[in-house]
Amino acid sequence: MSPVNAVMRRELRSFFVTPLAWVFLVIFLVLAGILTFYTGDFYERGQADLQPFFMMHPWLYLILVPAVTMRMWAEEAKGGTLELLLTLPQTLWQAMLGKFLAAWLFIGLALALTFPIWLTVNYLGTPDNGVIFAGYLASWLMAGSFVAIGACLSALTRSQVVAFVLTAVVCVLLILAGQPQVLDFFSGALPRRLINALAYLSMLRHFEAIARGVLDLRDVAYFALSIIGWLVAGVLLLELKRVR
Amino acid sequence: MIETERLTRRYGNFTAVDALSIRAEPGQVLGLLGPNGAGKSTAMRMIAGFLAPSAGTARVCGHDVQREPLAARRALGYLPEGAPSYGEMTVREFLVFIARMRRLGADVGRRRFDEVVGWLQLEDVLEAGIDTLSKGLRRRVGLAQAILHDPPVLMLDEPTDGLDPNQKHTVRQLIDAMARERTILISTHLLEEVHALCNRVVILAHGRLQADATPAELEARSRYHGAVSFSAPGSGVSQEMLGRLPQVAAIEVDPLDGRITVFPKPGARILEPVEQLLREQGLEVSEIQLERGRLDEVFRQITTAPQGAQA
Repeated sequence: MSPVNAVMRRELRSFFVTPLAWVFLVIFLVLAGILTFYTGDFYERGQADLQPFFMMHPWLYLILVPAVTMRMWAEEAKGGTLELLLTLPQTLWQAMLGKFLAAWLFIGLALALTFPIWLTVNYLGTPDNGVIFAGYLASWLMAGSFVAIGACLSALTRSQVVAFVLTAVVCVLLILAGQPQVLDFFSGALPRRLINALAYLSMLRHFEAIARGVLDLRDVAYFALSIIGWLVAGVLLLELKRVR
Repeated sequence: MIETERLTRRYGNFTAVDALSIRAEPGQVLGLLGPNGAGKSTAMRMIAGFLAPSAGTARVCGHDVQREPLAARRALGYLPEGAPSYGEMTVREFLVFIARMRRLGADVGRRRFDEVVGWLQLEDVLEAGIDTLSKGLRRRVGLAQAILHDPPVLMLDEPTDGLDPNQKHTVRQLIDAMARERTILISTHLLEEVHALCNRVVILAHGRLQADATPAELEARSRYHGAVSFSAPGSGVSQEMLGRLPQVAAIEVDPLDGRITVFPKPGARILEPVEQLLREQGLEVSEIQLERGRLDEVFRQITTAPQGAQA
């Protein structure tokens, strides 16, 4: 078994031996349901689609992903197991990838468990299931970016609380970056190109684009690059700790 | 084999390990000795690849830990300080995880698992959570983790720290049994350990190498080396007589139990003359002993010397 696989399996197992994973799953599913039906006007819209459901995901992830990723490296650094893990014959990359995949798969599981809402909408009407699939893909890709951010920032500190807060702050900034209010605020002060760049950085823009069912390669690339970029940064942080 | 060449680690202006060159051969148990904070753990962390050296090199079985980190780590079994392990896992899960990380195949993995578990007497706690184990058991789990892949080189950071005397004895027996064909580097601040285990000792203080010798050689540096001590009632007379012996440098009387220690002049042997004198005087001696030298005294002398004086 490759080290990536071994680390991933260990991480997944460690989620489920503590109540954390179960609490997370329950909160995610309950919140996803409540927000969709009450805040998202699921019925009142009178449309057979899951747009209100997916539009709640960035805000759900904002709280729940940092809760999953905060312990990733911080706990190992605090408990001394980091020394054990990083002196086993594997590269920093393999360790990082194993941990990232475990958390990403876990979020994927939470997402998959929302299938009753998909059944509901199919029972009530005839939605475009292609768009719904795109919505799930967009949601999972965005979760991946959030997990990568959390993986990187957890490597920065020994404190899980600090890791949680940092991750949540960075995620909220990336969600808000492309909002019209934010862009308007900066439009006077910054040149047009920078404003456009800022808008492009926005998670929401790319998320909504895919979730609407338009699978543009640029949006997928945005998430792929964001995941890779944050993981590289995390590996560099770990390497820096080794040298410094 | 473990070799380091001018291995150095700096944290800002503080030098934790300063140009350390050591060498441990197969069949050897090398003890890394020093007071707390002397740089033992930092040196080991560099050899294990957890910390990058600021300067110098370390090799494990000929593999440079910086240039061929994976080959070096494969050859090495490492017990970090405090024997960290994943508390939420059971002993079995933890060892299976290590076997996977070490890429032991299913057959080899199972055989080694059984061997190591039997050896360290972990059969009864295989399904217990590591968090629930006593300190001694956790240390044994840490050792099991380090030797699971049957490494030619073993590095143990304070393997008996915090164990009770029986547990210490068990761990030492294990290390002794493994020493024959392996290279073993252990760090400790317990001097008894040196006698029990090591055939060579490196003493560190302030990050620098202060001595590299066999335990016997170190003992020979002691003021007590070759001294004769005995208990005798009515010793007032004999003290004066002993002082007249040409080989004797000094005499000390323990104020608590009246035990007399006679120190030789450099290179002189005084057991026979002292015995003869006592016999001639017709003094009752309850017990007489030739001292090998006291490691604790040598240790103190070496590690508390002003910086640079010994280097």
